Amino acid sequence: MCLAVPGEVLTIDESDPLLRQARVSFGGVVREVSLATLPEAQPGDFVLVHAGVGISVVDADEAAQLLEDLEQLAELESLEDGGA
Amino acid sequence: MKYVDEYRDQRAARTLADAIRRTVTRPWTLMEVCGGQTHGIVKFGIDTLLPDGVRLVHGPGCPVCVTPVELIDKAVALAQRPEAILCTFGDMMRVPGSAHDLLSVKAQGGDVRMVYSPLDAVTIARKNPDRSVVFFAVGFETTAPANALAVRQAARDNLGNFSILSAHVLVPPAMRAILSAEDCAVNGFLAAGHVCTVMGYREYEPIAQEFRTPIVVTGFEPVDILQGILLCVRQLEQGRATVANQYRRSVTREGNAAAQALIHEIFQASPRKWRGLGEIPDSGLALRPEYAAFDAEQRFGLAHLAAEESTRCISGDILRGLKRPNECPAFAVDCDPEHPLGAPMVSSEGACAAYYRYRRDEQPSAQVKG
Ligand code: SF4
Repeated sequence: MCLAVPGEVLTIDESDPLLRQARVSFGGVVREVSLATLPEAQPGDFVLVHAGVGISVVDADEAAQLLEDLEQLAELESLEDGGA
Repeated sequence: MKYVDEYRDQRAARTLADAIRRTVTRPWTLMEVCGGQTHGIVKFGIDTLLPDGVRLVHGPGCPVCVTPVELIDKAVALAQRPEAILCTFGDMMRVPGSAHDLLSVKAQGGDVRMVYSPLDAVTIARKNPDRSVVFFAVGFETTAPANALAVRQAARDNLGNFSILSAHVLVPPAMRAILSAEDCAVNGFLAAGHVCTVMGYREYEPIAQEFRTPIVVTGFEPVDILQGILLCVRQLEQGRATVANQYRRSVTREGNAAAQALIHEIFQASPRKWRGLGEIPDSGLALRPEYAAFDAEQRFGLAHLAAEESTRCISGDILRGLKRPNECPAFAVDCDPEHPLGAPMVSSEGACAAYYRYRRDEQPSAQVKG
């Protein structure tokens, strides 16, 4: 139920500020999404969309940080394996 | 797909599983609060990667599953009215009420429509001014902004023929209820990432402190879930109990302020009955008095409808993490997706549906660890 999918904002239509309607691409499939609760979202951003409404802008730095943390963990684990 | 594929990487998953194995010295029981995580765990076999002592139990994280049967009966009663169009997420169609489900009402000629967004239901109301359009507003905090937006839009456009049947539930009160139970076996929580995307995680801090239970805000992909488990067992092994945030790419401590403001403009907290947990104070969302005209229960006089839960379905125990689906005597015997006895068998995020799809042939004892 709480499924939310990341998609890339293509265009934003500000003519109805209540809806802040946007076109969002989910791996090539384009849907109409309301960004009413994401006033900061801009074209090019990745947003998480749930039930036709954007709920957050994916933070690219944090996403990269997680993958970096995993790399470090993998190195650590392989060192421990070597020592075991 | 970006922000999906990299979190399904097998090598990363193995690394995390190894790290968990090295960390754990004692048995721990963790509860994931979101049905989306339950499906991820069962589908990708994440529980099978964990050391023997770590047991995952599935919580009340499926809004469809915790919706009490009387609310289903109310939706059915609405769908049976000739002037009504009942709009709902697809998940609700097969959930058994005390006599009928929405799919069978539709088969008998009721106008029941599946929509992807509550905003679609507003569009249907606009196009059908002579019909009464009701949206069955089921969901956690994740879905509340969409439902609030639909009501705000209907109010602005003076759509007198639109209303919602609110079946909203809030997660923190349910976590408190689970932790307060005498038979609670949960040592740590994986909190639902998308709920926190909207609400942030400040509300969880007093819970972690008061019940000395670590809570890790966790995403939905296998790597997210494994990292959430690692962060949780690390705290448990170190005797700490704080709120940690695994899902930082989408969740901040404060959450989405614009979404919270929208929710509070339209809804207020209300007591809510949960399947399996009973009534919990301030655990639901009801429309504010200013928006009472959009409340289907009031408009159609449904408040008096009451119903008892089926006695054969043990979903209450499953939603509290006391039992797993394949420990239910009816599982895959009298209860399957074609002939469900309870909501967890038909909701796409229901724990029983997940076990039926991915684990039907296993014996319960093979999975119960710790
Ligand atoms: S298997 Fe069916 S009867 Fe048993 S708890 Fe799940 S939904 Fe209820």
